[in-house]
Amino acid sequence: MEQYSMNLTLKVWRQKNSAERGSFETYPVKNISSEMSFLEMIDVLNEELIRDGKDPIAFDHDCREGICGMCSMYINGRPHGPWQNNTVCQLHMRAYKDGDTIVIEPWRANAFPVIKDLMVDRSSFDRIIQAGGYISVNTGSPVDANAIPVEKDMADAAFAAAACIGCGACVAACKNSSAMLFLSAKVTHLALLPQGHPERRTRAMNMVAQMDKEGFGACTNTGACEAVCPKGISIENIARLNREYMMAGLASDK
Amino acid sequence: MKWSEMFTSSVGKKWVMALTGLFLIIFLIVHAGINACIWANDGGVMFNKAAHFMGSTVVIRIAEIGLFLGIFLHIIQGYMLEMQNRSKRKMGYAVPMGNKGSKWYSRSMALLGTILLMFFILHWWHFWVPARFIGHEELTEIDINGVHMHNMYNLMQYTFQQGWVVIVYVLACISLCWHLVHGFQSAFRTVGVSNSKYLATITNVGIGYAIIISLAFAMMPVSMYLGWV
Repeated sequence: MEQYSMNLTLKVWRQKNSAERGSFETYPVKNISSEMSFLEMIDVLNEELIRDGKDPIAFDHDCREGICGMCSMYINGRPHGPWQNNTVCQLHMRAYKDGDTIVIEPWRANAFPVIKDLMVDRSSFDRIIQAGGYISVNTGSPVDANAIPVEKDMADAAFAAAACIGCGACVAACKNSSAMLFLSAKVTHLALLPQGHPERRTRAMNMVAQMDKEGFGACTNTGACEAVCPKGISIENIARLNREYMMAGLASDK
Repeated sequence: MKWSEMFTSSVGKKWVMALTGLFLIIFLIVHAGINACIWANDGGVMFNKAAHFMGSTVVIRIAEIGLFLGIFLHIIQGYMLEMQNRSKRKMGYAVPMGNKGSKWYSRSMALLGTILLMFFILHWWHFWVPARFIGHEELTEIDINGVHMHNMYNLMQYTFQQGWVVIVYVLACISLCWHLVHGFQSAFRTVGVSNSKYLATITNVGIGYAIIISLAFAMMPVSMYLGWV
């Protein structure tokens, strides 16, 4: 596609800190190249704001190559913008045309409080992982990675689940602010591998308990999470988590 | 996991919704099957016998208690889940996500369920309350093969001569259809049955079930109103 430039109107959520009420600010941006990434477009706007002595827009980003899970913008009613299987940093301005208005909001969920502007606190995800999203290796030298045979299909499915970058788009998209797609991906990628088996019961129960404690909602299988997931995590994983949880619950002594 | 977590953890609550939902799905087949006897075109003999069997058999009367427990558990748990889920996002979006990624009916289960609840109250008032408790002037008594029983068929004929009743029943059946299209497959997902091997089958059977059951129920008042039976 031919390169072109465009003028846009941005409506961006501005909020000083988690305590203050925020509101939308409108910014015109000019001469944006279709070759730019969405974040580069925000960079251009921020440069202007800084030049004018104003507070630049705070937003999360890190790798800018779609693998770290830091970028998190809800753009025109969709987490990570209009493209499928895509993060904001990999969204390019060719998705827009001259004269478009773009509304940018932070992830909205009680469990993801706004830190500033478009940045939200996603440490609730870290605490869910800490509750069981790991395997315990107590002592001895590292075990050879190929010592335990793993069926190819299982390895592939585990890998597909492990692709979750924990960006939180699933929560942002869910009408219930449920973290079930995230949680199910984390439980799945360990449950399908032999290394994850010894702790699978306590893992499912503890991680669900932590998720509830963090204030995420319950899953109603609408599928919005799967539709916006930049890594294409399947909603099938949620069914597996439900199964893991109930098997764990029924088999536990307490 | 303690048993109480079936009612306190987010996944446990969904299991309760799914299990009661699947139970109600099975009940609807029985209900539609019994009611379909009106189409035997025998002046209601077969239907009245079937209704009498349901009303006079001890095992079924006990099952009826289970049915009410199931339906109220589904309703109460459903409303509690809806309220809790709504409270998880105090600050909403300026641009709603709408249909980008999910179907309207999958997001509207509480609304569709509320329409159904209002319908049930009317429906119980029309048939269950007169038959069990207070009677009705159109609920006459007849003898079929020497067995004395209620003429439920007559009450049905009377009820479905009123146009507004027929419209309300048909609207309720449309709500039921959408509620089932999502509910059927969602229940299977929640109880963990949703491998890619089964997914298409479960979804399609669910859609087929929802359409057939709702159409069957909707056609009952329509048939009577139009004088087909």
